[in-house]
Amino acid sequence: MSDHNGTILSVNNLKTYFQTEDGIVKAVDGISFELKKGETLGIVGESGSGKSVTNLSVMRLIQEPPGKIVDGDIVFDGIDIRGLSIDDVRKIRGKRIAMIFQDPMTSLNPFLKISTQLMEVSRLHLGHTKKEAYVHALKMLKTVGIPDAESRIDNYPHEFSGGMRQRVMIAMALSCDPELLIADEPTTALDVTIQAQILELIKDLKERMGTSVILITHDLGVVAGMTEKIIVMYAGKVFEQALTTELFATPASPYTKGLLRSVPDPAHEQGKELYQIPGLPPDVAHLPAGCPFAERCYRVEDICRREFPPFVQITQDHHSLCHFAKEVYAESVAERAALVK
Amino acid sequence: MDFWIRGSATNNQGMEAEQQKIVKGTSLWRDAWKRLLKNKLAVFGLIVLVFMVVSVTIGPPLLAWTTGLTADFIPADSDLLNSFPPSSGHLMGTDEAGRDLLARVLQGGRISLMVGIISTFVSLIVGVSYGAIAGYLGGRIDNLMMRIVDIIYAIPYILIVIVLLSVFRGPNTPHWIAWMSEKFGGAGNQGLSQIFLLFFALGLVSWLTMARVVRGQILSLKNQEFVLAAKATGVSAFGIIFKHLVPNALGPVIIYATLTVPSVMLTEAFLSYLGLGVQAPYASWGSLASDGVKNIAIFPWQLIFPGVTMALTLFSLNFLGDGIRDALDPQTRKF
Repeated sequence: MSDHNGTILSVNNLKTYFQTEDGIVKAVDGISFELKKGETLGIVGESGSGKSVTNLSVMRLIQEPPGKIVDGDIVFDGIDIRGLSIDDVRKIRGKRIAMIFQDPMTSLNPFLKISTQLMEVSRLHLGHTKKEAYVHALKMLKTVGIPDAESRIDNYPHEFSGGMRQRVMIAMALSCDPELLIADEPTTALDVTIQAQILELIKDLKERMGTSVILITHDLGVVAGMTEKIIVMYAGKVFEQALTTELFATPASPYTKGLLRSVPDPAHEQGKELYQIPGLPPDVAHLPAGCPFAERCYRVEDICRREFPPFVQITQDHHSLCHFAKEVYAESVAERAALVK
Repeated sequence: MDFWIRGSATNNQGMEAEQQKIVKGTSLWRDAWKRLLKNKLAVFGLIVLVFMVVSVTIGPPLLAWTTGLTADFIPADSDLLNSFPPSSGHLMGTDEAGRDLLARVLQGGRISLMVGIISTFVSLIVGVSYGAIAGYLGGRIDNLMMRIVDIIYAIPYILIVIVLLSVFRGPNTPHWIAWMSEKFGGAGNQGLSQIFLLFFALGLVSWLTMARVVRGQILSLKNQEFVLAAKATGVSAFGIIFKHLVPNALGPVIIYATLTVPSVMLTEAFLSYLGLGVQAPYASWGSLASDGVKNIAIFPWQLIFPGVTMALTLFSLNFLGDGIRDALDPQTRKF
């Protein structure tokens, strides 16, 4: 594996649009980010903000038509993903970039045995024979902590619980030792205790195998403990990009501040009404000319409605898409200082 | 392939074997089988069919061994002007040439059942592949492929079969069909290659509905997450269609296939009746009935025996098909 400055994935100005009857939906509109080897990146945002589409684009899994990657570069380990033929993309899918999906209940084929589904991956990418693939599948099930894997391997998905199925999905994703793992809301469909187990498992496997991870979620609690960097997405755009610690301590976008305030704090807010960002996410097919968040923003001014905001750099790794990014940042720093006192 | 979903047997250590029995789960197929057994008509159909299949398989050699009668044996002492009614020597009587009718009905059953099964198999392969590919690819290709189906639908299928049979009969028989009949019944066997041609001609007109059924199933399945998950692991389109999607669409396919068998058999009988299907010395239930109907006033048994046998088989197949449909349909489930 050659080293490209330690960068495993770089996405530059990615635009993925969908042609609908309602007009062109700009699901992802000019996203850029970089992921270094062994790093974990969190992508957060509301439903429909383009988190999943970004990652489906990286794997070239956008259904075409109606979707299309219209612009931008996706470079994975020096390979231009957009320029590859579909056969070459297939060689990367599952082998070098693997994906875990949101709902483990539906992402396993109900008609095939767990063993068949696990073996399919390694036979496809590692050239295993049936026997080798079976042994490998068994090893992977043990790695992800399925108890009594020998007797469970030939079961069907319906005989597994949700958490177990997600473990199987992880086993499938990791069975070719991928360099990049994309986890698309891996814990949303699971209850809290299982959630913690699965996250712990991903974290542990990531450290052992040195895999880079992109973690998509709308749960800020999940990204906080897992990631080094966070991207906040809204209406197909990156609203804020920062190191995890910095984003939580001193957000520089009103949207991020709103998101952070929306996380309920049971210790101090008991009995009080929970905070929520007013309004609804905009219709991505008919975006206003100015800032897409303007209608919901607490410090909106005329310029926000008129002009699209700039992507302001605040510190070296901290950017925010806001006309008043510096002011919001200063505000956050002041709040932080007050809190520490 | 093992489509029968095993019941779960949770094998945690410390659990007793007794517990395993209790935990044993039920599956779609086992449920369906139970419901099928509750359906009296379907069970009747199943029994009749098993009986038919067994008797046409072992019947002719058994009959030849015990009495020396075969489908094309004309006894020396037979009176060619008279056909004998059923007796202890000829359980179904004899036909106009003095051949034992039981032997001919059994022989004809082989052909008729084979027409049903092989043609359904051909239609299954063509229909499932066509429908699955159209449904999976979607868009313009799907539109084009299904319009072709619509067009073929619009032409009377009997016409297509007649054209196929007339064009490819005799010296124009495709080589692979001639090769197959040669392997099966020896060189230069014109009658047999005609029968093989019939199998494929019927198969090639009965795949249309199958294609529609499968396409509908695939359309509803292809947007499920497990398909995306399979794509994300690098499975090819071919692998996704035939390994992941088709097994999921199997229920309706089985139902439709069991209902295709009798309809194909009926078509074959109709064609034989018109003189286009099976030709002497071979017989099918349809051609036997066609021969019998000429002499219905004087030798009624020549029509009754092949007719009743065929009707019984067709009813049984339809009962079984309906039974399987009810058993697999969750809306008619009774718990």
